[in-house]
Amino acid sequence: MAEQSLQQRNRKTLTKLVIGVVAMFGFAFAMVPLYNVLCDITGLNGKTNSSAAAGPTALDEDRLVTVQFVASNSRGMPWEFAPETRSLKIHPGEIKQVSFYVKNPTGEHMWAQTVPSVSPGVAAQYLKKTQCFCFDKQQLDAGSDESMPMIFYLDPEIPRHVTTVTLSYTIFDITDRVEAEQSAEKKDLAAR
Amino acid sequence: MSVTTADTHHDDHHHHAPTGLKRWLFSTNHKDIGTLYLWFSFAMLLVGGLMALVIRAELMYPGMQVVDPEFFNQMTTVHGLVMVFGAIMPATVGLANWMIPLMIGAPDMALPRMNNWSFWILPFAFGILIAAVLMSAFGEGNPSAPNFGWTFYAPLSTKYGPASTDFFILSVHMMGISSIMGAINVIVTVFNLRAPGMTLMKMPLFVWTWLITAFLLVAVMPVLAGAVTMMLTDRNFGTTFFDAAGGGDPVMFQHIFWFFGHPEVYIMILPAFGIVSSIIPTFSRKPLFGYASMVYATASIALLSFVVWAHHMFTVGMPLAGTLFFMYMTMLISVPTGVKVFNWVATMWRGSLTFELPMKWSLAFVILFTCGGLSGLMLAITPVDFQYHDTYFVVAHFHYVLVSGALFTLFAAAYYWLPKWSGVMPSKLLGELHFWNSLLSVNLLFFPMHFVGLAGMPRRYADYALQFADYNWWISIGGFWFGLSQIFFLAVAVRCAMKKGEPAPANPWDAPEEDLEWTVPSPAPFHTFDTPPVVK
Repeated sequence: MAEQSLQQRNRKTLTKLVIGVVAMFGFAFAMVPLYNVLCDITGLNGKTNSSAAAGPTALDEDRLVTVQFVASNSRGMPWEFAPETRSLKIHPGEIKQVSFYVKNPTGEHMWAQTVPSVSPGVAAQYLKKTQCFCFDKQQLDAGSDESMPMIFYLDPEIPRHVTTVTLSYTIFDITDRVEAEQSAEKKDLAAR
Repeated sequence: MSVTTADTHHDDHHHHAPTGLKRWLFSTNHKDIGTLYLWFSFAMLLVGGLMALVIRAELMYPGMQVVDPEFFNQMTTVHGLVMVFGAIMPATVGLANWMIPLMIGAPDMALPRMNNWSFWILPFAFGILIAAVLMSAFGEGNPSAPNFGWTFYAPLSTKYGPASTDFFILSVHMMGISSIMGAINVIVTVFNLRAPGMTLMKMPLFVWTWLITAFLLVAVMPVLAGAVTMMLTDRNFGTTFFDAAGGGDPVMFQHIFWFFGHPEVYIMILPAFGIVSSIIPTFSRKPLFGYASMVYATASIALLSFVVWAHHMFTVGMPLAGTLFFMYMTMLISVPTGVKVFNWVATMWRGSLTFELPMKWSLAFVILFTCGGLSGLMLAITPVDFQYHDTYFVVAHFHYVLVSGALFTLFAAAYYWLPKWSGVMPSKLLGELHFWNSLLSVNLLFFPMHFVGLAGMPRRYADYALQFADYNWWISIGGFWFGLSQIFFLAVAVRCAMKKGEPAPANPWDAPEEDLEWTVPSPAPFHTFDTPPVVK
């Protein structure tokens, strides 16, 4: 090994360490997609499919699974939001439609986003939705209401020990964000 | 990037030391910067301690007496942040600055200007954080100071965080930059500036534990910086890393935070292991038992610390396989930790023990840290953690390992090396008063917390059920007693700084001759080891 001056050696070690620091900063952000992939595979955080699933391939008439529906508002969200069916029993593979009632009691037009979560987490990947209001943003004019449909089935592969599945929706007020995006788009168009 | 190393400004050595304010502001001397770090961390210990006393004053009796719950939450949050990032970590960096060059026979740290920078960021970082508290306490109508706990879980700190959270984010970024620079400096110094003959396996254990700590810092402080950056953009720039409404996940925050947070625990305790590994052999008049196993145990603890983070979050609803993995990995850490404790005991076995102040603090550490380790083992058991989670049992556990663990070894280190730093022996009377009062009060303060925690008293609340009343009164008495006991240490430190006391010889404790720090005179001259010593 060629003799290096102390300064050169220090600089070399320093460079390696700075690269390490930058890499670890990047790793923190890499944890976001990693986490999402892991959750998709394992259903860790109870997230369900976020776009329409294909229909069921089989029907399991041997057993019945209870599916419960829960709706809640995030803090500061003034809409009325409730399931029209609280609970039902279905065979895995059977397609069902339920609906949720929403009302915007305020005096303004608002945008909302509902986020689903399934408990127990292992059941998340077996609850398939072919149509859901949660796939899109919702908008309601001042004082209007709506009944939002959701069509789903349970994958017949669902583990036998799962006898009850709870699907809960939380509704968030995203009016500010949507309006900010829209005004930004308008500005873009005007600039062109 | 321009790098100034110790040898490039060799010219201005041996002229005269700068004086007055400039000496401290522009210092590139490892001893002066070490002194700055140590005084700063002690000041932060007192500030964080005052906050703890506000907490204990409120909790002395059930019901609301002293502060409102909003301010109480600010106190628990900022107490934690100040103690972790302002007291324990800078104190260990201060010790590293003072002792590592002396222990490996180097003239200074390898990157002295970066050293100056990494210290002088800190007062500003904590100025920002503490200013947030003062502005909220004394400015009518100002938003609350950070009030979401030192772990700043989203969405408490993102969606529901007060406006001052952005101060907090800047402050944490600055603390992180300071720690990373300090760590880089230690690694470069240890790799490149060891005296001839000082092989890695001849380094004192304090240098080893700090080297491993420095690698932990380089690996995880950037992750913390990433987490607070995501918070910043979530709060101000419309991203939704932790916001479910936009496709994010608040639980992910906990994963990222504890990926930093668990190694952080070892960042605070590994230098403590190094300190007692220096002190116990000196006062046992025997070489350290199992030096190599100590090095490997430290490295194993550091590696394992990356795969145990989720034991802080057993209750978030992980799959069974996940909780089992994290439970077994956590328990595995007790093996290398046990190796260390047994090695310290074996070092003392049949030694000619004497019980000077540094040894007293070290012995208290070995016993009380082991208590804290045992309650940690209890917390690692997933099913019982569901009961202990977020109770005072957890508070008792981490205060046993951080106060009677890390802080006690910092006192041990101070009493051990003060003669070298100041040239005078620390006052024996004041030191004994400090030790015995601290030892008794720390147990009165933290031991009953195990009981109220097991009985179900939750942490982070300004009030509690009546059944916990008597225990909490005693805990508060212990708290005030422990807080006041630290005034003895202030007196010890000020007397040493004013050079009052018996002059210290070069090797006042009869430390082993291969410990290089005792070969230089006391107080250590401004420049030491200009020509490196030769280690056989």
